[in-house]
Amino acid sequence: MSAVKRDEILRYPAATRINHWIVAISFVLLALSGLAMFYPALFWLSDLFGGGALNRAIHPWIGLVMALALFLLAVKVGRENAMQERDWAWIRKSGEVVANREENVPEAGRYNGGQKLIFWFMATCVALLLLSGLVIWRAYFTAYFPIGVTRMASLVHAFFAFVLICAAIIHVYAGIWVKGSVRAMTRGTVSHGWAWKHHRAWFREMTRGAPRE
Amino acid sequence: MALQSLDIIRRSATTIPAPAARGAHSGEVAKLIDVTKCIGCKACQVACMEWNDLRDEVGTCSGSYDNPADLSDQTWTLMRFSEHENAKGDLEWLIRKDGCMHCADPGCLKACPAPGAIVQYANGIVDFHEENCIGCGYCITGCPFNVPRISKKDKKAYKCTLCSDRVGVGLEPACVKTCPTGAIVFGSKDDMKQHAAERIEDLKSRGFDNAGLYDPQGVGGTHVMYVLHHADQAGLYAGLPQDPHISAMVGLWKGIAKPLALFAIIATALGGFLHYIGIGPNEVSEEDEAAARRELEKTS
Repeated sequence: MSAVKRDEILRYPAATRINHWIVAISFVLLALSGLAMFYPALFWLSDLFGGGALNRAIHPWIGLVMALALFLLAVKVGRENAMQERDWAWIRKSGEVVANREENVPEAGRYNGGQKLIFWFMATCVALLLLSGLVIWRAYFTAYFPIGVTRMASLVHAFFAFVLICAAIIHVYAGIWVKGSVRAMTRGTVSHGWAWKHHRAWFREMTRGAPRE
Repeated sequence: MALQSLDIIRRSATTIPAPAARGAHSGEVAKLIDVTKCIGCKACQVACMEWNDLRDEVGTCSGSYDNPADLSDQTWTLMRFSEHENAKGDLEWLIRKDGCMHCADPGCLKACPAPGAIVQYANGIVDFHEENCIGCGYCITGCPFNVPRISKKDKKAYKCTLCSDRVGVGLEPACVKTCPTGAIVFGSKDDMKQHAAERIEDLKSRGFDNAGLYDPQGVGGTHVMYVLHHADQAGLYAGLPQDPHISAMVGLWKGIAKPLALFAIIATALGGFLHYIGIGPNEVSEEDEAAARRELEKTS
């Protein structure tokens, strides 16, 4: 990454950023087309996809794209998101993080405890959405399941979709709230000060003499 | 597919109130199928095909007289043959004309996400408007009777219309008109109940002590009713549910889940907004950058 300046650290290489935005864009499309099929008052959203029938037909395919992209992302960053002792300590102090008083908050590594938990939370939601979504994919799979399973999958799909939407709102808000974060995903880099403030252990790791690996 | 000459009282996925000024002052309609009089001739199936211009594929024998083997987008009504050995050891051939029951509280309409794809008329008929159907199959998920079918041809849902196009102009449904034994009759729901009561009295006098009317209250009653010899064992008739109701799963999914989810989303978004307004952004200060520089100098 030749674009990394002297006082910056590369946080996400281009491949990770592209992968993230594939997940993000397909999530938005899924939320819009899904809401169209859940709320009668939002049925007009299906016009964004060419009408009700096309909306219904395209939603599961976008779902496959998101599930696959998220799986690839999890392969890339999953290990770095394993919860450690210091992450639980961070979680216990998360109230102070939210209150913008970070003096007593334990140092975070590449990801803090909150990021890790929301990552696994979202990954679990997507896995359950994929499974329940396949069951209610009428064109290909529903016929293979008993009606009770289909009914439960419909409910499960709606439930975890909303949990995921709420988690995504928190995720996006965290990016807006913590200034300097969005550019990590748009341009790949963060400032030294940002890394020092939010991910001090990672900052030390990245700057301690020889580069990692 | 329906004519618009009847008054719509319920419309799927529609939040504005349905037109309510007109009513069905002559009462709700009902089709009464007297299973005890049915000879299984399938004339009703043929009449349905004729009137509705449907042609199912000639299938294969599945080991019973059921033909076609199941309801489909081309078969809106189907004789289902069940062999039952009664307590005396005698064989009873129970033949039930399957198809849409036209529930007063239709699970299909409740589950449907496409505005106006399913309607209920003041006279009780539940009708699909295929031009509004998006093909999701939620109607199948919602139906307690396993009736709607998605067409492979156009990915839209089809089922019995109770010949709403005939009823709308004062005719009886095609299956009723053609039935040679008078096993299917059509009229106001009150009249049909009265007719059923007379039939049940007759059946009881012939030793069918459990004869009764099938008008399940779990779905608010239906506009297709059966006279059964064994009303206490509806399941004998090719798995007719004894006490059908809209599944609790579907009830949650199409009920409380909607406002709860909306509340959760708005609360989360509002929480973020208020947090930003109240606490302010989390910014990297000049001190942080300086501390980072000091740390770098220390290590390098």
